[in-house]
Amino acid sequence: MSEKTDPKIKIEARGVEVFYGEAQALHGIDLDVNANQVTALIGPSGCGKSTFLRCINRMNDVIDGCRVNGNIAIDGQDIYSAEIDVVELRARVGMVFQKPNPFPKSIYDNVAYGPRIHGLSQSREQLDHIVESSLKRAGLWAEVSDRLLASGTSLSGGQQQRLCIARAIAVSPDVVLMDEPCSALDPIATAVIEELMEELRKDYTIVIVTHSMQQAARISQRTAYFHLGNVVEHGATQQIFTNPQNQQTEAYISGKIG
Amino acid sequence: MTEFRQTEARKAQLAKRYRAEYRFKAFGIGAICTAGLILLFLMGSILISSLPAFTQHYVTLDIEITERHIDTQNLANSDWRGLARTSLRAQFPEVQGRRDKRALGKLLSIGASDDVRDYVLANPSSLGTKIRLPVTLSDDIDLLLKGVIDRELPENERVVSNQNLAWLDKLVAEDRISRQFATKIFTNGDSREPELAGLHGALVGTLWTLLVTLLASFPLGVMAAIYLEEIAPKNRLTRIIEVNINNLAAVPSIVFGLLGLAVFINFFGMPRSAPLVGGLVLALMTLPRIIIPTRAAFAAIPPSIREAAMGVGASRLQVIMHHVLPLAMPGILTGTIIGLAQAAGETAPLLMIGMMAFIVDVPSDVTAKATVLPAQIYMWANNPERAFMARTSAGIVVLLSLLLLVNATAIYFRKRFEKRW
Amino acid sequence: MSASSLFLCLVGLGLFSFFFGRRRIHRLATGASQKQHSRDVYHASFLVICATFVPIVLLVIWTGISPLVIDALLESFLKARANTASLGELSVMIAKTKAYYAGSISAAFIDDTIAEATNYYADLVAHSLQARSFAVLLLAIAGVGLGVRKIALRFTARHSVERVAQLIMLVASAIAVLTTVGIVLSLIFETIRFFATVSVTEFLFGLHWSPQIAIREDQAGGSGSFGAIPLFAGTLMITFIAMIVAVPIGLMSAIYLSEYASPRLRGIAKPGIEMLAGIPTVVYGFFAALVVAPFLRDGGADIGLTLSSESALAAGLVMGIMIIPFISSLSDDVINAVPQTLRDGAAALGATHSETIKQVVLPAALPGIVSAILLAISRAIGETMIVVMAAGVAANLTANPFESVTTVTVQIVMLLVGDQEFDSAKTLAAFALGLVLFFITLALNILALYVVNKYREQYD
Repeated sequence: MSEKTDPKIKIEARGVEVFYGEAQALHGIDLDVNANQVTALIGPSGCGKSTFLRCINRMNDVIDGCRVNGNIAIDGQDIYSAEIDVVELRARVGMVFQKPNPFPKSIYDNVAYGPRIHGLSQSREQLDHIVESSLKRAGLWAEVSDRLLASGTSLSGGQQQRLCIARAIAVSPDVVLMDEPCSALDPIATAVIEELMEELRKDYTIVIVTHSMQQAARISQRTAYFHLGNVVEHGATQQIFTNPQNQQTEAYISGKIG
Repeated sequence: MTEFRQTEARKAQLAKRYRAEYRFKAFGIGAICTAGLILLFLMGSILISSLPAFTQHYVTLDIEITERHIDTQNLANSDWRGLARTSLRAQFPEVQGRRDKRALGKLLSIGASDDVRDYVLANPSSLGTKIRLPVTLSDDIDLLLKGVIDRELPENERVVSNQNLAWLDKLVAEDRISRQFATKIFTNGDSREPELAGLHGALVGTLWTLLVTLLASFPLGVMAAIYLEEIAPKNRLTRIIEVNINNLAAVPSIVFGLLGLAVFINFFGMPRSAPLVGGLVLALMTLPRIIIPTRAAFAAIPPSIREAAMGVGASRLQVIMHHVLPLAMPGILTGTIIGLAQAAGETAPLLMIGMMAFIVDVPSDVTAKATVLPAQIYMWANNPERAFMARTSAGIVVLLSLLLLVNATAIYFRKRFEKRW
Repeated sequence: MSASSLFLCLVGLGLFSFFFGRRRIHRLATGASQKQHSRDVYHASFLVICATFVPIVLLVIWTGISPLVIDALLESFLKARANTASLGELSVMIAKTKAYYAGSISAAFIDDTIAEATNYYADLVAHSLQARSFAVLLLAIAGVGLGVRKIALRFTARHSVERVAQLIMLVASAIAVLTTVGIVLSLIFETIRFFATVSVTEFLFGLHWSPQIAIREDQAGGSGSFGAIPLFAGTLMITFIAMIVAVPIGLMSAIYLSEYASPRLRGIAKPGIEMLAGIPTVVYGFFAALVVAPFLRDGGADIGLTLSSESALAAGLVMGIMIIPFISSLSDDVINAVPQTLRDGAAALGATHSETIKQVVLPAALPGIVSAILLAISRAIGETMIVVMAAGVAANLTANPFESVTTVTVQIVMLLVGDQEFDSAKTLAAFALGLVLFFITLALNILALYVVNKYREQYD
């Protein structure tokens, strides 16, 4: 397949700087994210990987005193330009958070919320269909199909997180951002979600922040190593983990810092 | 190392310290007991003094509904008062002379004529017949029968004369005196006669006033809280608004009354004594008391809910309307109910805008002259008749029961819908 | 048209524009290749806002302002006709004109000038109503017309709707500020008028308060003297008595409940004390006037003391009871905020529990307790019903708590209750007292806030 040899670039970040008030959190990030791949952002705590992730769907906009410089383009379109509507952007770039955060509503309403506010369905049947297919893709359908009206918060942690994934993909985004999606889950739930990601990347571009290097190695095609607000090294996951070019990267991967 | 020994001096000192400890604890227990006793004494004294007002003595009369007193063309125009008095006089054929006859008539309340009228109007078939009907006795006689006025007192020290006593004893002996639950206290408007004075007008006035207060303060308070907590940038301006709201909550209520008088009545020419103005004044007073708990309810919603909604592309307003507001609603409602309960007990600002008029009719809308429950209590407390003391206490009991009910609702809401995150 | 029927018209128009707007965007969207920016409901709401927002604002402003304008016009008309400059005469004529217009007095009571003025007034009112209806409806229809032309697939209707919603919320939160401004302005405005007849120094430092009767010929307005010192002194005395009752009981019960009491006792006693806070002040007033005051008077008589039946003591004691829950719940919060590590530290050194409390917990919580007491004082100074019902009306300058004294709030009520002309020095004096009350309580609240903020800095 031509895609494999020459993947399309989905997200292009150039010189991204983020300030929280006076403090600078990112110092000019340049990074490309390929379409239909999983890109892992790794690095020690406080290195700016989550900050960068939140720049991609402009979740930083809501933080008072947060300022973003530089360019991030999705499909060649600058997402910080004036004509981009942040709401439409977030419909295209979904997000899954560190802690599962289902709405205290029914499972059905959790998944249906996005399609409803964006007007993606004209009829009840269509909405039912979206909910069902999203839950199926998130690998949750079999477990919840008989209790769609139960509260989303009644599920187990792993199920809740898959519900959040279903909720994110229900609005048919191009990109799914995941901010340490497995950090609050046990190993079995983690494995389920990792499998799911492999499945999902056929349709979506996935950017994931993770603390676990094994996870990054298992699921991602490309990896970027962040350190103190800079991208120290990025490239194919294989290469980063077996043959890091940078000493800091090597030190982190081999467990010397972190 | 110095040796640690239990010398006599140390022992004495330790004992002293423990005595201080017990003293301190005793002070604490004493304080709580004092507060509790005060509460009991307050509630108890009001409850006891209210009891006489909830019953009323009646005298059963044989009334001949004859042409002499009845205007068959226009029933409402009949001489009901004469009818009642004539029937009473029929029991005492020995009473002669204008003065004595009038004194005998004074045993009855002015409201006795209403009792007869209401019965006849409700039973037109009774025209021309003879009926037996209990009619209201006057307040002093009522108090004497309840034992509030001591009949052993010398005649010049008690309001009921010996002559009255004799008549009364005869009526008691004939088993014509009965004691019933005083429904008038709930069904009547205000009156100068204690036995006829009721809370109906004040209750309806309170209802109208609180309706205005609720309609004005709830939407404004919630919108202001949404703006301050969820939308406004944290800058100098919002900081000023916040400090302002906190200060407003501590402004004496009477100052709000002055504001209402100067702005609503004198500047905008709104009617005096009207629930509309009273409600608006209370709304301004209640506003900070709704904003503060509403903001607290918003702040208690975890940010992950907002992030989740934003993550699927909800706009800021959609996040608030679809998620934050519904989740915060129990807290908001609790705060609003408590704020309204406070407003319902407020008197001083309403005195400023004249909501203490003597009003017999039940107010029909928000611009009619009206009074509210606490103001009614204040007015009754100022009346010199002895029976009004019980009436006032009864008004307080009704007011406190209402407030208790409202606050219990708020507590129920909080317990029922409280969510821990 | 009356304001309410005009408003109903706008509501109707709003409903119409909602459905009209929704149909329009729906038509535009059917079969279009472009994706529409905002959902139908936002386009519809946008049109509703276009149709109603400005007209409603206009309606409210016009309804509020036009009586003022019309009154001013009527006054100048009457001034020119009647050739009089006397304000009192003019205001009587204005009142007559309005009463005749409203039909509450018959033609027998008015002269030609008033009849002319009434015609003039009726004309003004009718014209104002006509112009208002015309302007409001014109704006509403123009709004719909302009709004419809903006509806398009890529029109950002949601942004517009949300901006308007945010604006309305901003206005809502500004109402709180407007209230403060309204309080300050109305009090200051009337106070300035008061000080036109009574000097500031006489008011603030005068020792004699008797607003009802003139005691000297040359007195301003001939309506009495306005030296407020006896009022301030009376207020202070009652507040002081209240604090003597409330501070020890409130503070000690807070300490006992948070440091010693079992959860069960706490669960009973705390709501019990809070019940005291929920009792309306008129109930305390009744309790003070009809239970406590006679009890004190009779008790005093038994041991040879002469107590006035409206003694400062009775009002102060009951006010103290009212303040107890205020002090105890605020103190409870600050005592609980003292870190457990401090208590553990003292206990580890061998201090008894009461020594820990007295020497460690209370000093640490002191700023919070001080601010609670300041707030309680502010509350006591502003309290009205208890003193109106239980304290006196006559202004005695005395330090004897068994005598009757009067307070600032009592005098405000006495000056304003009953039918009085609004412009007399007596009613204006009430506003001057209100201003003093407002600033004293404001100062106490700000001081309390300042103390508490300083305290917070220590622990964070």
